[in-house]
Amino acid sequence: MDYEKLSLPNYNIPEDIQNAVAITTLDRLYNWGRRSSVWPLMFGLACCAIEMIAAQTARYDMARFGMEVMRPTPRQADMMLVSGTVTKKMLPSIIRLYNQMPEPKYVVAMGACASSGGPFKEGYNVVAGIDKFLPVDVYIPGCPPTPQALIAGLIKLQEKIDKESIKTVRWYNKEKFDGNYVPMPILGPDLIDVRRHAEIRDIAATKESA
Amino acid sequence: MATAPFDTASPVRTPLQTQTVDLVARFPGIVAADARPGYTGFIVNKENLVEVATAVRDELGFDLLTAVTGVDYIAENKMEVVYHAYKTTGGAGLVFKVQVERVDPIEVPSLINIWAGVDFQEREAWDLYGIKFTGHPDLRRILMWEGFEGHPLRKDWKEPFFEEETKPFKSRWPEGKHTFSEQKNPFRDNLNFPQNFDPDKYVVDKEEDLYVSLERYTTKDVEGNMKTDHIVVNMGPHHPSTHGVLRVAVTLDGETIIGLKPVMGYLHRNHDKIGERNTYLQNIPFTDRLDYFNSMSNNFGYAITVEKLMKIQVAERAEYIRVIMAELSRVQNHLIFIGMLMNDLGAMYTPSLYTFKERELILDVFEAVSGARMMCNYFRFGGVVRDIPDDVLHKIKGLVSERLPAKADEMERFLNENEILVARLKNIHVLNAEDAIRYSVTGPVLRAAGVPYDLRRADPYSIYDRFDFDVAVRHNGDMMDNYLIRFDEIRQSLRILEQALKQIPQGPINSQKPAYQVRVPAGEAYGRIESPKGELGFYVVSNGKPNPYRYHVRPASFVNLTAVEKMCVGTKIADFVALLAMLDIVMGELDR
Repeated sequence: MDYEKLSLPNYNIPEDIQNAVAITTLDRLYNWGRRSSVWPLMFGLACCAIEMIAAQTARYDMARFGMEVMRPTPRQADMMLVSGTVTKKMLPSIIRLYNQMPEPKYVVAMGACASSGGPFKEGYNVVAGIDKFLPVDVYIPGCPPTPQALIAGLIKLQEKIDKESIKTVRWYNKEKFDGNYVPMPILGPDLIDVRRHAEIRDIAATKESA
Repeated sequence: MATAPFDTASPVRTPLQTQTVDLVARFPGIVAADARPGYTGFIVNKENLVEVATAVRDELGFDLLTAVTGVDYIAENKMEVVYHAYKTTGGAGLVFKVQVERVDPIEVPSLINIWAGVDFQEREAWDLYGIKFTGHPDLRRILMWEGFEGHPLRKDWKEPFFEEETKPFKSRWPEGKHTFSEQKNPFRDNLNFPQNFDPDKYVVDKEEDLYVSLERYTTKDVEGNMKTDHIVVNMGPHHPSTHGVLRVAVTLDGETIIGLKPVMGYLHRNHDKIGERNTYLQNIPFTDRLDYFNSMSNNFGYAITVEKLMKIQVAERAEYIRVIMAELSRVQNHLIFIGMLMNDLGAMYTPSLYTFKERELILDVFEAVSGARMMCNYFRFGGVVRDIPDDVLHKIKGLVSERLPAKADEMERFLNENEILVARLKNIHVLNAEDAIRYSVTGPVLRAAGVPYDLRRADPYSIYDRFDFDVAVRHNGDMMDNYLIRFDEIRQSLRILEQALKQIPQGPINSQKPAYQVRVPAGEAYGRIESPKGELGFYVVSNGKPNPYRYHVRPASFVNLTAVEKMCVGTKIADFVALLAMLDIVMGELDR
């Protein structure tokens, strides 16, 4: 990072040692480290994954943003790029992957399907948006979003990281932090969200028989 | 380096025989001709299905059963299973059907002992229609999970976000007052539970049937060898080498695969159900998202199927544009294939960067003509939606005559004689011609096994009979041949493109007037094209209304995957990763 971005403006450091010394805040340094090395999970769901691959290749080159290191294991990934239609059958696997990622972690919903169900929303096996289960940081519209749109979305994520402070982020806060644990849904007669057991039972009891 | 000697099948130029098979005369009293208006083929008695099917294969020579699907005729209280059989020597197909009473249990004898390729398709019909195929050794749900309530494609099964039987929904048009689907559903989400369902008491399916089905194979303990245990490994649905969200349950003895079952449905997006709600035209963008590498080819298959039903001609210039787009699509598909194969063999990224670079140039062409890089939505019934601008045509000419042939040569020069590549591919996963046909394998994988079966030549559609090209064939059926045949096909596609670019006439690009709603007479049609991955078929039934009564996709990847179990048992697990790349599966099409 260049000196102007890292150093706080109020301190006058002699020019001849500017390349060696900077006075800054921990937040600034920390955010700079995070935003420049967001490693995505190598995780493709559907059509959008192909555009995600295209964004990695020479013409678009995601490596410019420190994001070329796709990690197949969630243990080494910082960002989950939900690239495609989330189906009910796939959802437990996605949530397991998310729970296995170490904090800090970010979720980007790429494309119409991951954001809202998209053209397949009416389908019986489709979850209408990953945000029903995971906290999404950035939504990228498009079906599929072009590599340019994807990169624009990732820059938005970087801007979001820039505004974070280690005093307030949830993963360093004992009170707020709950392990970020999202309970795994169960595949029953339909997708059972375990947080809604009682609600499902009550509605099913009052439901007219089909 | 000179390219490897190129095998060519003798070009078949004889006019293809029309359907003269008369099953009724051969099986009086058992088989009846399908007399419904617009329908073809024969209706076979359920009890005699196996007997008739054996005769169809052995006596009449229809050795390739490509499509099996169910249709729910709820008004007649009938459930129908439709079979499409073809000859690998080419020509028209034979359609035969079985009708059963629509009362559970619906039972139809399985044809798995005659055509092994029906395996997954029968499981799909069981999953989505609840048709029990008696004699099927492993009849489990395939796209949905065990325990799912109901069989979704039945006409009386309603999805949780059900609004109306057909589109356009009245709330959207003409009323124009849509609400969120969540607000209409009692569970406030895409959910539907049976009455008095109690989630606390629900016992989750542990997939025991899947693991039991893996135990079909056993290994013998050899005297004197160390006794070893088997280990079950689940690859996927999140795995870098499965090309999407395929899951494979593998039983291993050391490194050797002794049992293997693909588990799919992780990208089941309900194309069939949504397709039956849509109008005919609304389905075109959905076909884009089947095989998302080749939206142009998918459009092509669907368009010719509906045109068959509508009995309309395609504008001359549009025919050429279609062929140009479909062949460009094939070239870029095979380029990705080569890059991805190298990735899976461990040559991470570098070769695929080269291939994706060329692919981008073809995507530029798609973007110029249709407005979208991947989801082109370009074909319409009777033609295409926009004309090719002259400068784009010029650009394609440059690509086809200079850039792409040179790049194909370059890639072959870089890769073909690489020692590691040869060691990983040569004589591994050999699929012989007989097995390939038995498992209904189509596309490059079948041709690499020595069967010169290419629909562009065997059963020409569109204007492919006007072009001079060879059907690429190789004879060993191993992975090396599978890899080399892709280069052969790229060269043949470029040949077709060169001719098409020379011959393309001026003129209108659509024989019909643009319309939101097309009039499709009642009947059925099965249209199929040679997609880059194999035979892509569409089975569409119309009842004269603005929406298809049945919309079925016969995906190439799905059926080709049937053979994977047979090819892998006894080989090493590391080679399986290469094989998945070799079959060139794509999950959007596989799971639909």
